[in-house]
Amino acid sequence: MNQMKNFTKGFLRENPILVLILGTCPTLGVTSSAANGLGMGLATTFVLVMSNLVISLVKSQIPDKVRIPSFVVIIAAFVTVVELVMQAYTPGLFKSLGIFIPLIVVNCIVLGRAEAFASKNNALSSAIDGLGMGLGFTLALVVLGSIREFLGNGSIFNIRIYPEDYTTLLFVLAPGAFVVLGYLIAVTQMINKANK
Amino acid sequence: MNYLIIFISAVLVNNIVLMQFLGICPFLGVSKRISTAAGMGAAVTFVMVLATIVTYLVQKLVLQPFDIGYLQTIAFILIIAALVQMVEIILKKVSPSLYQALGIYLPLITTNCTILGVALLAIQKDYNLLEGVVFAFSNSIGFSLALVLFAGIREHLELMEVPSQLKGTPIALITAGILAMAFMGFSGLI
Repeated sequence: MNQMKNFTKGFLRENPILVLILGTCPTLGVTSSAANGLGMGLATTFVLVMSNLVISLVKSQIPDKVRIPSFVVIIAAFVTVVELVMQAYTPGLFKSLGIFIPLIVVNCIVLGRAEAFASKNNALSSAIDGLGMGLGFTLALVVLGSIREFLGNGSIFNIRIYPEDYTTLLFVLAPGAFVVLGYLIAVTQMINKANK
Repeated sequence: MNYLIIFISAVLVNNIVLMQFLGICPFLGVSKRISTAAGMGAAVTFVMVLATIVTYLVQKLVLQPFDIGYLQTIAFILIIAALVQMVEIILKKVSPSLYQALGIYLPLITTNCTILGVALLAIQKDYNLLEGVVFAFSNSIGFSLALVLFAGIREHLELMEVPSQLKGTPIALITAGILAMAFMGFSGLI
């Protein structure tokens, strides 16, 4: 029951992007299409689960003073793994996500969960927390990416919904990212308020 | 001429915050007042130029000769973290007044993705050292410009009636969207 709560809290109630407002840079940068959002979300989820797991296993060995640098090195190691794997197996996605893959290292969600959760809890709950938060992050990215792709390109996951002549290109470009995320956060706040 | 193009491109056309989405956290976090925004901008300028020089030298003198380019991400983030710590210690000793002004922003900079982002971009774009420095400097000016402009708008926004659902982050993001739209007007410059 408790683990279930750990798992689901990242979806809506404590969604890292829509409620905690963490990790906004990749959120805005990669969501010009739903597929990019999904790829970025899964890459971050992998890093989150693995770093949470490892950090909670070695937390008693790390002196308190060098805690943050040690966490960063562990996270950077897993980001490098993701980088190399994506470069080898999904070169197209690797290219379109570009600079944002190495930047997972400085994604505040990953370090935030390590510091706030993994450094205090056991391995199983930490991994579940990482998975839940990661999926919440992915969910937000896919929703944001779908809305932007739908409005800006007339398709979702590259499946055309209406003809290109009626699209508003602005939503694929930078300003659209800010505006759509702004409204998405407003809607989440309304839902969370109503559920209370 | 080349340097001028790098400068204009980084400050106006490809503004690092509004067009490339790096450093959104400080952009939203420390933009409530113009004075704090300017302080953050100054701290970022200082660290970004320094970090780009050091990471560039490490890339060319250590990572490439020894063929360990896959350690780039780990090496760069460690260099930046160490550098920020060092700048903080040196500043405290050498110039207490500057430390007073920038001190609180320095720890925040380690997790500011503009620093790592610009260091990586300077390598990716195959700049030489001087071009890299100009690139880093221009990007930090672009960052400061966006931050100060946004802070100015937010100071006014505070006095406005905003629908309750949009209060806080949502209205800030929508404002940023309109600001980004304004910056798109520069896209024909180069």
